[in-house]
Amino acid sequence: MMSCHQATRLISESRERALTLREKLALRFHQSICAGCRRFDGQVEFLRRASRHFSGSPNSRSDQNQKHRHPRK
Amino acid sequence: MPKNNTTQEMVLDDAYLSELRGKLMRFARLQLSDAAAAEDAVQEALAGALKNLDSFSGTAAFRTWVFAILKHKITDHFRRSKRLLNESSLPPGDEEQDRSDGLFDQKGHWYRDERPQPWADPEGALESRHFWRVFEACLEHLPSKQARVFMMREFVGLTSDEICAEVSLSVSNLHVLLHRARLRLRNCLENNWFKGGAS
Repeated sequence: MMSCHQATRLISESRERALTLREKLALRFHQSICAGCRRFDGQVEFLRRASRHFSGSPNSRSDQNQKHRHPRK
Repeated sequence: MPKNNTTQEMVLDDAYLSELRGKLMRFARLQLSDAAAAEDAVQEALAGALKNLDSFSGTAAFRTWVFAILKHKITDHFRRSKRLLNESSLPPGDEEQDRSDGLFDQKGHWYRDERPQPWADPEGALESRHFWRVFEACLEHLPSKQARVFMMREFVGLTSDEICAEVSLSVSNLHVLLHRARLRLRNCLENNWFKGGAS
C-alpha cells in the first residue's frame, strides 16, 4: 500500500507524464480509501486552471481548449 | 466567435497593455529580487513581442508569447549573474527531506491537520481580486527554485523537457520540485483562503 506522500507524488507526476498501468492501479486503489489524496488530485487540477487564468493563457493548444468547453449548439 | 478588432488594435489598447504589464511585472518580480532587473526584463519582452505583432492571431497567442519571451529574459539574467548554476544542483536524497516539510508523518501519511480538506467554491475564487493577492503571496512564499519551475510549467505552459533544458535539471529533479511546489501552494491556499479567508 503506497503512502500519501507517494500518492501525491504520482498525482503530481500524472500532469507531467503518462503513468504506467501499475502506477494507475495503485493510485486508484489508494484514492479509493484516502479522501485527502482524492481532494489533492482535484486541487492540483485547480492550481493548473488558476495559473492559466492568472497568466491569461488558457491553453496554447486548441484541441485541449475545446475539451474543456461546453459544446455549442 | 466574432472578431471585430484585429489583434493589433486589441493589444495596443492602453487598458489592455497596462494590465498585461502588471501581470508581467508580478511574474518577473516573483523570480527576480532585483526590481530594476525585473523592469528591464518586462520592457524587453514587451518590446520584442510588439515588434512581431503581425504574426499573432488573437491576444491569447500574443500574451503566451510575451510570457515565453519574459521567461527567456529572466533565464538570461540568472545565467549572467550565475545564480542559476549555484542553485540548480539539488543534493541527492533531497526527496526524503520533503517528508520533514511537516505535511506527512514518518510513514508518509498526512498529518491529521494537514490532510486536504474540501474547498468551497474554487471557481468563485477565480473571480475574486483578494484571492489573487493570496495566490501571489503563496507563490512568493515558495522557495525560489520551486516557484520558478512551477511558473514555467503552469503559467507559461512549457513542457517538462523544455524546462529541464532551460534550467539544466534532470526530469526526476524537476518532478520532485513540481511535487513540492504543488504541495506547498495547495497547503498555503487552503490555510489562507479556503479555510479562514473565504466566506
